[in-house]
Order: sequence, then C-alpha cells, then structure tokens
Amino acid sequence: MQNPPDASPPVDYIALTRDRYDALGYPPYQWAEVDEAPPWTPLARPLAESTVALVGSGGAYREGQTAFHWKDDTGVRRIPSADPATDIRVTHFAYDLEPAREDPNIVFPVDRLRELVDEGVIGGLAPTALGCMGGIYSVRRATEELAPAVVAEVVAMDVDLALLVPV
Amino acid sequence: MGLVARALEAAGVPTLCLTSAFSITASVNPPRAAFSDLPLGHTVGRPHQPEFQRDLLRRALRAAEAMDVPGTIASTGVSWDADGAWKRRATPTGVEAEGAGSGSGDGSGSDTRNERVDVPQYQYESDRLAAESAT
Repeated sequence: MQNPPDASPPVDYIALTRDRYDALGYPPYQWAEVDEAPPWTPLARPLAESTVALVGSGGAYREGQTAFHWKDDTGVRRIPSADPATDIRVTHFAYDLEPAREDPNIVFPVDRLRELVDEGVIGGLAPTALGCMGGIYSVRRATEELAPAVVAEVVAMDVDLALLVPV
Repeated sequence: MGLVARALEAAGVPTLCLTSAFSITASVNPPRAAFSDLPLGHTVGRPHQPEFQRDLLRRALRAAEAMDVPGTIASTGVSWDADGAWKRRATPTGVEAEGAGSGSGDGSGSDTRNERVDVPQYQYESDRLAAESAT
C-alpha cells in the first residue's frame, strides 16, 4: 500500500477548480491564502504521553444531532469519541460522500485513534471529538465564527495536540 | 482547516493537519501538516481498511513529532495505488468513474458540487426524526 513519495505529482485542486469554474462561466473561487509564518506551539511531551483531540471538517455529526446545512454552516458538533464510527453520519456539499458514509473513519478516524491509544502510539484521546464543515466560502466567517468556536472547545479540553482532518 | 490550525496554535494548542489536497493546504500555510496522496474524500485512506488507516495516522503523527520548522508539510508516503491513474480522473470533488469523460486537465465538465442549501442535510431520514425528537 505504500509507495515512494513523488511517484507522480499531487492533484492541484486549486488549478482544477479554477479551470472548471472558468469553463462554467462562474466567477473564480477564492481560496484562503496566508503568507505570514504560521504561529507555533511546541509539543509539550512525546506523543505516546499526549492526549489528542480530533477535529474533522468533513461534516461529521452524530446520529441524533442536527445535521449541518450546506451554506456556510459554521456550527460545531460535539461527538463522544468513545462512540463507534457507525454512529457517525457525514454531510457535505463539496465531496463525494459515499465512501465516507460507508466508513466514517476515512474522514473522522475515531475508531482508529482509540486503537492507537491501545497500541501506545498516543497517550489518550479527548472524550469529545469535534465535527464541523469545511468549505466555508466566507473567509471572514471561517475566521470570526468557526475558528474561535473550535478554539474555545479545544482549549477547554486541555489536550496536548489537536489532530485536524479536513477533506 | 488551515485557518483553524493557525488559530489553535496561536491559542497555545499544537496542531497537526492531515491533508490529501496539497495545493489547498500549502496556500493557507498551517503550522504542521502531513500529506497523503489520496483522492478527495479519503483523507485517512480507504474505507474498511483499518490497518491502512492506522498506518497513515502513525506515519503522520511520527512526522509531526519530528517537525521543528513552522509551515512544514511532510509526506506520509501513503498513496492510493502504485501508478496514480486515478489522478487523471480527479475532479474538484472526487474522482469520476472510468470512461465518464473529462477529469483533470481539460477543465471542462460540469459542476460536481451539490447545491449549497441552508437547511440541515441529513444522511438518513431516521437521523432527521431522531434529531427533531431530541429538540
């Protein structure tokens, strides 16, 4: 299953989307672009001793919760990480949902992370995982609504690492 | 997700972004990222292949532990298959079926995104009923 990196170049989704939008006569999609150096917080301890919080932006919610809508939904769903992935549902406008609905772990790997705790690869998993929606067209709303909501939740968890899984 | 990563890191929480969309992740410049060469919608691998998924996560986490330069995008070395043939059929939302016509490269084809509606989009009707009875 493993191959050397750079066997062929990665798909350039920015170019692909720009070309499609041009061909359809749409105005260009504006990707978020950030040039400043990223902020940086060093890891406090080895991962084998670290508690990890899962944050997935593939539109995961738990059965019984209100699903996301598809127009800049900046809400966050708290999903108990002890629950099996079979309780996870996914909804999103921007990718083919069928594989993720077959196995939510491919966009929201709760089962796998519990197994990595058992293996000792990571020290623990935060009791709550967070589901949200990527593809917020408004960078302002992503910055002013979604990001602060996720930050508030994750800071309150007091974890050593946030594992972010976009689609 | 890169914007969220930057905000978390600024608030004192170390982050690792997984990604299978290299150019999108690079443009938002997150603190730590691990790239796997997989189709969109499969950030952690193939469905129902737990060892594939665990292997990807182990590699990504190991890479994160070694990073000391902000803005690093490491490669996990995980890819979909040996020849990457799926990439010729990649669209902005996934991969077209073989023989379905245009994939990447020619820029034609239809808008494969779903309509962006502002009411909850449940996976199952039973989810709607469960959610509505809970509120």
